[in-house]
Amino acid sequence: MARYIGQRLILLLVTLWLISTVTFVLMHSIPGDPFSSEKKLPEQTLRALEAKYNLDKPLPQQYVLYMKNLATGDLGISIKTPSRSVNEILSAGFPVSARLGLQAIVIASFAGVIMGMIAAIRQNRPTDYILMVVAVLGLSVPNFVLGPLMQKYLGLEWEIFPIASWGDGFGSEFQYTVLPSIALSFLPLALVTRLMRSSMLDVLGQDYIRTARAKGLPPLKVFSRHTLRNAIIPVVTILGPITINILTGSFVIEKIFSIPGIGKYFVDSISNRDYSVIMGVTIFYSALLVMMNFVVDLLYGLIDPRIKLGAKEGN
Amino acid sequence: MTNQTILQIEGLHVSFQTYNGEVKAVRGVDLHLDKGETLAIVGESGSGKSVTAQSIVRLIPSPPGVIKSGTIRFGERDLTQVPDQEMYKIRGSEIGMIFQDPMTSLNPTMTVGRQITEGLQWHHDFGKGEALQKAVEMLRLVGIPNPERRIHQYPHQYSGGMRQRAMIAIALACNPKILIADEPTTALDVTIQAQILDLMKELQQKMETAIILITHDLGVVAEMAQRVAVMYGGKVVETGRVDDIFHRSRHPYTWGLMDSMPRLDQKREDDLIPIPGSPPDLLDPPRGCPFADRCPHAMYICHEEMPAWTEVSDSHQVSCWLEHPDAPAADRDEPAARVNIR
Ligand SMILES: Nc1ncnc2c1ncn2[C@@H]1O[C@H](COP(=O)(O)OP(=O)(O)OP(=O)(O)O)[C@@H](O)[C@H]1O
Ligand code: SF4
Ligand SMILES: [Mg+2]
Repeated sequence: MARYIGQRLILLLVTLWLISTVTFVLMHSIPGDPFSSEKKLPEQTLRALEAKYNLDKPLPQQYVLYMKNLATGDLGISIKTPSRSVNEILSAGFPVSARLGLQAIVIASFAGVIMGMIAAIRQNRPTDYILMVVAVLGLSVPNFVLGPLMQKYLGLEWEIFPIASWGDGFGSEFQYTVLPSIALSFLPLALVTRLMRSSMLDVLGQDYIRTARAKGLPPLKVFSRHTLRNAIIPVVTILGPITINILTGSFVIEKIFSIPGIGKYFVDSISNRDYSVIMGVTIFYSALLVMMNFVVDLLYGLIDPRIKLGAKEGN
Repeated sequence: MTNQTILQIEGLHVSFQTYNGEVKAVRGVDLHLDKGETLAIVGESGSGKSVTAQSIVRLIPSPPGVIKSGTIRFGERDLTQVPDQEMYKIRGSEIGMIFQDPMTSLNPTMTVGRQITEGLQWHHDFGKGEALQKAVEMLRLVGIPNPERRIHQYPHQYSGGMRQRAMIAIALACNPKILIADEPTTALDVTIQAQILDLMKELQQKMETAIILITHDLGVVAEMAQRVAVMYGGKVVETGRVDDIFHRSRHPYTWGLMDSMPRLDQKREDDLIPIPGSPPDLLDPPRGCPFADRCPHAMYICHEEMPAWTEVSDSHQVSCWLEHPDAPAADRDEPAARVNIR
């Protein structure tokens, strides 16, 4: 097990190195540079700025310099807002994004599991049909449509939730976070609901459920001990992809609800060619994702005893 | 019915409501089971064996399955009428069940030990330690080596034969009066089959359990059972002691079955003669004898009316129009007699 974790960690570093290299190359191949959009800068200022950010050096040398700093955990300074380092931007934005993302994941997985369960138990009955229609909507209505709709009705017209304000960092007041979290969770929620429903139907038809009933266990015990745990395994496996979805979705949602998270900086940084922010956010999110996948794998091994992590084939 | 009888099924009708209509899977089955005996139920696929057996403890999938009518007397009670709460107490403690496929019949995410103890703890006021002790004992009883260690393992760490042993341990843990075994060895290798059958016989003697054994294998019947019920098209068509059925059968379907079913002891695969034709459509079952469309001896009346039961002997009953005094003689070994009015 320790060896397996070690191997995974090494793999994680290699992955991150590859991602940062690819991002670096792609980023510099986008036409334009951080200063091209602004009104003409005096030749001298431009030179000085470029020198400050090492942009005057040949690309390979820039790469080596960046990687050296990265190895020490230094992500550089934002080119557009030179008063802030990328590390500062991340540590200010991350708690906000994390709160939003975590709430969305919690909503998607808990509500999704419960809705899927109900749909399966009420299979082919009105409740099931209604839930499945909701799920199809969740899959087909993009969150940049859903978000503004929710703002218009739940926020402006019926005034149930405040809109377009967040409050303060991770500890923002709950009511400000409700709409964006729901908007962000909608698609993963739909995915989890559908997956849970089909997995539950599958498990309900399994022989071991009949065995459990043949033992005399009442329905509730059969459900809690035998059905639920087995039905939830596939849901655990899609937690990884769902996290990706929520991360990328948060860029849009943060913009729509003007939430001061990382996503907002990221979108801005790309249009501004703010090289160091682009690199920093990409690497940060990649690290998060790769780690998340690792955690999901560990979780998977925990919940399904047939999966032996790190065991050789055939063991 | 004698005072030895512990289970008496009368006029059992079970249907499944499907999109195409009502599948009448069991259409008036009468059966009884005596203390400590083994009753084999044989018959082609789809004849209603499993549905009959699962109806006893109301394990048919419901919906779509419903017990339409009939009584199942078990001691003082009618199992078709007892409330659910009482049925949960009977299942597993007084009537145990094992199923065909040991690979899929155990929960893959629960240790084998836990799967044995949870029944014990539900039916008795066993503490955790006590239940675990009993589970170890059960595993030892069914011949699993190293039970103290094995108890903490998951089903995927067991071989097929060991899993079926574990299933038997689960089913017998509470010492039930009746064990329903639905093709318990069909999914196993021949050598393992024999071991499991021996084990069942041994435990049956030790625990004085009566067994309802569903099987496709006449060799298994010969080895295990005292009595046999032959099912066809949702009905029992002939019942008797093993030698009544093997040597003195009076029903053309039983004859066909004998020639078409494998027997561990004698026939080889290629000696088997399948019965031509296919079983009746249970959505719209025939009014008369269910076998009439395929029966070489079928007469006009066979298509019109269900034959009544004839007592061939105290132990042997058959439901066939050939028993009628006016029917022409028919003999299973004389194909010439198979020519008949339709
Ligand atoms: N869940 C179900 N829904 C609809 N019909 C069913 C269902 N279960 C069983 N049946 C019908 O009931 C009939 C009897 O099935 P049963 O399982 O008792 O057959 P069997 O004699 O056990 O056959 P086998 O030897 O293949 O196990 C079948 O014709 C089948 O079509
Ligand atoms: S009743 Fe008629 S059709 Fe049915 S088995 Fe007897 S002879 Fe054949
Ligand atoms: Mg069956």
